[in-house]
Amino acid sequence: MTTPLVPADYLDLVSPLRAGADLRARILAITPETDDAATLTLRPSRAWRGHRPGQYVRVGIDIDGVRNWRAYSLTHAPSADGTISITTKAIPDGKVSTHLVRAARPGMLVMLDQATGDFTLPSPLPAKVLFLTAGSGITPVMGMLRHHLGDLADVVHVHAAPTRAAVIFADELRSYAASGRLRLHEHHDDTSGVLDLASLDQIVPDWREREVWTCGPTGLLDAAEAHWEVAGLAQRHHVERFRPTVIEAGDGGTVTFDRAERTVEADGSTPILDAGEDAGVLMPSGCRMGICFGCVVTLREGAVRDLRTGDLTVAEPGDDLPIQTCVNAAAGACHLDL
Amino acid sequence: MTLAPERPVTTAPTTRSRVNSRLSVASDAPRPQRPALTASGRPNPAAHLTPEDIEQIGVELDALREEVMSSRGAKDAAYIRTVIKTQRYIEMGSRAVLLFSAFPPAWVLGTAGLSVSKILENMEIGHNVMHGQWDWMRDPKIHSTQWEWDNASPSRQWKHSHNEIHHTFTNVLGRDNDLGYGILRVDEDQPWTLFYLFQPIWHVSNAVAFEYGIAAYDLELGGYLAKRKRMSDADKATFRADAKEVLTKIRRNMTRDYVIHPLLSLPTGSFLPTMGANLVANVVRNLWTNTVIICGHFPPGIATFEKTSIEGETRGEWYLRQMLGSGNLSGSKAMHVMTGNLSHQIEHHLFPDMPSNRYAEIAPRIRDLMARYDLPYVTGSLPRQASSVYWKVIQLSLPNKVEGRRRRDVILKAAKHFARTGNLGRRY
Repeated sequence: MTTPLVPADYLDLVSPLRAGADLRARILAITPETDDAATLTLRPSRAWRGHRPGQYVRVGIDIDGVRNWRAYSLTHAPSADGTISITTKAIPDGKVSTHLVRAARPGMLVMLDQATGDFTLPSPLPAKVLFLTAGSGITPVMGMLRHHLGDLADVVHVHAAPTRAAVIFADELRSYAASGRLRLHEHHDDTSGVLDLASLDQIVPDWREREVWTCGPTGLLDAAEAHWEVAGLAQRHHVERFRPTVIEAGDGGTVTFDRAERTVEADGSTPILDAGEDAGVLMPSGCRMGICFGCVVTLREGAVRDLRTGDLTVAEPGDDLPIQTCVNAAAGACHLDL
Repeated sequence: MTLAPERPVTTAPTTRSRVNSRLSVASDAPRPQRPALTASGRPNPAAHLTPEDIEQIGVELDALREEVMSSRGAKDAAYIRTVIKTQRYIEMGSRAVLLFSAFPPAWVLGTAGLSVSKILENMEIGHNVMHGQWDWMRDPKIHSTQWEWDNASPSRQWKHSHNEIHHTFTNVLGRDNDLGYGILRVDEDQPWTLFYLFQPIWHVSNAVAFEYGIAAYDLELGGYLAKRKRMSDADKATFRADAKEVLTKIRRNMTRDYVIHPLLSLPTGSFLPTMGANLVANVVRNLWTNTVIICGHFPPGIATFEKTSIEGETRGEWYLRQMLGSGNLSGSKAMHVMTGNLSHQIEHHLFPDMPSNRYAEIAPRIRDLMARYDLPYVTGSLPRQASSVYWKVIQLSLPNKVEGRRRRDVILKAAKHFARTGNLGRRY
């Protein structure tokens, strides 16, 4: 009866978080953790299905009018009121993290996906656990600690941060340690240099006997994976990758049409539309000059460059950005939903 | 923690494609000087421009486009969201008031509100969203690929005939069917047929039922009826699928306006008044949109172009054609919103994917650019422009005046031919 719209288009105006609405959340509070990190407490809409501690959630937020999606670990403790929280650290040039820490305000709506990820504790819980984290890599582990610490018999947590003041959740971690619920080793790069995993033999002499969960910058993850690999204990090592893919924008690249199962090499001055047509892919097309939007196709992953302006569009996995194929050329390997 | 990498902003060197000549203001081969007269002997409004002038116009307009497009932001996003929200509240409010439309003041208020809501929905929202003006927000709920509008023509068919054909080939005789929609002769260079003798009638009936006119036009119903005997089975199947899509949409819209809404009004004895209110609102919307749209390309002073003139057309030449082939409407801010900012038809045709709320700010600069290059910027009030089109429709229902030929004789000859063959379409 509301054709061409659906009733939700009207209901969303008055009750965006109601049962049956798309998954989204209202920001209830923003709590500073350190100078450049903050926790956002969110009230998700009724469609939220919950999470397992350690998982992350993709959050879509409008910045300068443009929706940006990023994934953040869920950090909240079990809560009776159904609120959830994410913790983010503003990094230089990080548009979204900086916006969340500095510009977001309580009351704003953000879009959500359901929680996902397998960086979680198994059931039954392992007897001896080592958490190895650095920087904001502490966030998924904090989600686990807040839910499971009471059920874990033997926990060692090695955490590295640039300075003592830069430790996110410092008070809570230190109080856990003080009450003997876990053994905490803090490593501060400014006084001790970068953490050397060889020192684990002194810090955690029984590290070989522990199930380990590692999260932090790529350097730490690579070193830790190698360390456990060499020890023949790779199956004990669980890792959450800080940056699962890095999309390097270049000039031209391979264009893959996922559904047509076809891949072509395209140079930096050939519109993807032409590259696809030359390869025999059935491409939607229109004006071929960038005005009619008849050729729009979803870029699942990769980078493209606007031939008119040189503007770059980068899609991480999950971003699914619609692009005009007639005025965009490959700027690196691209995957299209076609 | 952040799982996806943060993205530093990188500016990359611009590469230019040679695939479509309209992608670039520069050209591989030298471009010809424009002739002083068009093929039919009318003066060419751009005859004084050199190819270098036109390239320079293209460079200026590209820069202006870039300036505005790179400044799109939260304010623009808030604008379209406010318009959508306002329209939906007006619609819900009006439909609620119409539940009591047996009470005459409620009928008047509800009908007026519903008319305004339908106009906003078609013009400032539907037309512009489907142009991709808001795609940059990456909001799937306000996106050209997702949007469907309250109009008989399905968005997919509309985007093809409007965004692609009309906006690429604007005012090119024989390429842009929007020049008269196949039922009107709005330019002297369109050949006269006996069919056009009655075009004041076609014009008014098309205006009253405009949404169905557009749907038939987007469906290329006329072409199908004329050519179906020669069409391949595949083409016929495509047409039938498209026609089914249109009919399904019309049925849904009609059920909403003429069955469900009146039924909901039944308890207050307002069934028929509500049905009438929906009919009036649809007709008001049809008349208004038609009036606005005929002012975009049909008023006097707006140029048309021959097919041969766009061969190898550069981006600058395309811009030039858009400027000369469109006309604006002057008026208040409210008037601009109600026309979907198609009152800034020239600016819209230069940059069809620019958010409509930005046309007003670039209009003085476009006007200045056209003045500097001595090009006519056609603009006028809605009553003036619309009446000039109505007058043109009447004038051009007759064959052109030609020395040594009486118009009456041409009409009589056409009538005799029709009496003999039943063919209305012979050109004179």
